[in-house]
Amino acid sequence: MDKVNWAYTDTVLEHFMHPKNILTDEDAFQPDGRGMTGNVKCGDQMVVAIKVDREKGIITDCRWKTFGCASAIASTSVLSEMVKGMKLDDAYRVSPKEINKELGGLPEHKIHCSVLGDKALRAAINDYYERSGMQEKVRREEARVVCNCMNVTDHEIEEAVLEGARTFYELQEKTKVSTVCGECKEDVERLLEYYKSKHFCSTDTPRPILT
Amino acid sequence: MEKRKVYFDNNATTPMHPEVKKAITNALDVFGNPSSLHAYGRHARMLVEGARESVASFIGARPDELLFVGSGSEGNNTILSILNSQCRMCEYNTCSGKELVTTRIEHPCVLETSKCLAERGVRVTYLDVDKDGKVDLDQLKGSISPRTGLVSIMMANNEIGTIQDVRAISRIVHERGALLHTDAVQAVGKVPVDVTDLGVDFLTLSAHKIYGPKGIGAVYVRKNAPFCPLIRGGHQERGRRAGTENTIGIVALGKAVELRSVEMADEEKRLRRMKETLRKGIAEKIPDIHFVGHPTDSLPGTLNVSFEGAEGEAILLYLDLAGIAVSTGSACASGSLDPSHVILATGLPVECAHGSIRISMGRENTFDDVDYMLSVLPDVIARIRGMSSAYARRQ
Repeated sequence: MDKVNWAYTDTVLEHFMHPKNILTDEDAFQPDGRGMTGNVKCGDQMVVAIKVDREKGIITDCRWKTFGCASAIASTSVLSEMVKGMKLDDAYRVSPKEINKELGGLPEHKIHCSVLGDKALRAAINDYYERSGMQEKVRREEARVVCNCMNVTDHEIEEAVLEGARTFYELQEKTKVSTVCGECKEDVERLLEYYKSKHFCSTDTPRPILT
Repeated sequence: MEKRKVYFDNNATTPMHPEVKKAITNALDVFGNPSSLHAYGRHARMLVEGARESVASFIGARPDELLFVGSGSEGNNTILSILNSQCRMCEYNTCSGKELVTTRIEHPCVLETSKCLAERGVRVTYLDVDKDGKVDLDQLKGSISPRTGLVSIMMANNEIGTIQDVRAISRIVHERGALLHTDAVQAVGKVPVDVTDLGVDFLTLSAHKIYGPKGIGAVYVRKNAPFCPLIRGGHQERGRRAGTENTIGIVALGKAVELRSVEMADEEKRLRRMKETLRKGIAEKIPDIHFVGHPTDSLPGTLNVSFEGAEGEAILLYLDLAGIAVSTGSACASGSLDPSHVILATGLPVECAHGSIRISMGRENTFDDVDYMLSVLPDVIARIRGMSSAYARRQ
């Protein structure tokens, strides 16, 4: 009966039952970089702390804490294992899709939880660069306004897709995008297809060039 | 050693009573259509009408005031839809009012139907509740206008267990000339419910919450009250609900309420004692918690508690791994991004809703189950808080 009831893969179960690399004592860990993302009000919040080998530019240790559901716990746990020994540049590019693959697949509506881990990690890497005086390495994820009327960015559209929006109408419901003049409709539809394939399909479609 | 199993989710559904199973088994061979005039049909009809009498007498109604439906949700949809009845086809009284008053803590089958009615031009008012989940009676008084056709207020809440003062509500509603429906799916069979004593015009109940099977419920419609069928095209249930009767389900519901009338009173006392033990134990063993729901006017076996810094789905699944079944108001478990609308309506912050679990005990639970829960839960919460980014205050 346990098997029947369990909505997650064995890997998720393993990481949920035995989470790896929990940040139990931050003072003792003395992180080189620390990033936080999410919001308790939304039901998911995450802190990622890293130790970095400055010479080699490699993450030597990665610890985390989360307020979140089983897949948030498991996905952050698996991420912390994945990035140990990884170059900062490579770690910066770890995507929700890779985390999801490593876990053997999460239920679709759960994927937005695992997205938080990689976001917190990127914040931690940026924090490391800032702390160690490498301002020029800090990467800002600049958001681009797609809908001028409602001031909706491509990042917000991506978030909405990760949170379950699959149609133009659902995007409108979640973000109010393209609900006034409608001029951005084509761009929004292309971004929707792009983010759907980026996060939920095995084949990649190129990022569209916006009008 | 076999892992201990504790089912603490009786508000979601209940295991069938062994006597109900027997009644079902006996009814399996009665295949006749209750509408048929021959012996096969008459046998089925006899069983259906026998069950109708049992259910009616259990809630203080007349048999002809009771119709069987496919679920509590269907029952609630049926009654709310009376507000939208405009056709001249039916022989029933129609509802003249075009406004609906309901609450923020209703079951989704009432809230969604209300939204749909609003789309069709019905004005809907949602009443607030206080921190214990009680409807504000003064707000109710102010919300009923001469155009109010129906007031629909659930008797006992499925998530937090709070029981409303339906008798007082009914006086207020009737003084102002409106009709009252109560969704009593969680109340009937757990606490005494008598439609005459409560003074309601409509009431919904369901079998699977009281140790009967899924897929069968009943609606009480006071004699001469307005009505409009939701499912048309048959004379069954005196034209009020078309479709060949679910003989087996109806027999099972009849048996379930008969058993309730025997077992309910003692069980209610026992469950209240168990809940008190559980409440005290949790309060002693776990810091930074909030109990949600009315301390006394509450379902005997329902306890809703929120743990600061711990997310509900994680609590649910760690308990599940220990063999204990509960439910949660967290958004994560719902598949939507919204946590429990009921807990939010009580005014608790949204993070409390994310961190809440509902323990609902029933007839098969024992004090040993409570002890087992109290031996497992503190460790589960400590473990989750140990890796929580939102719980650092008292470490």
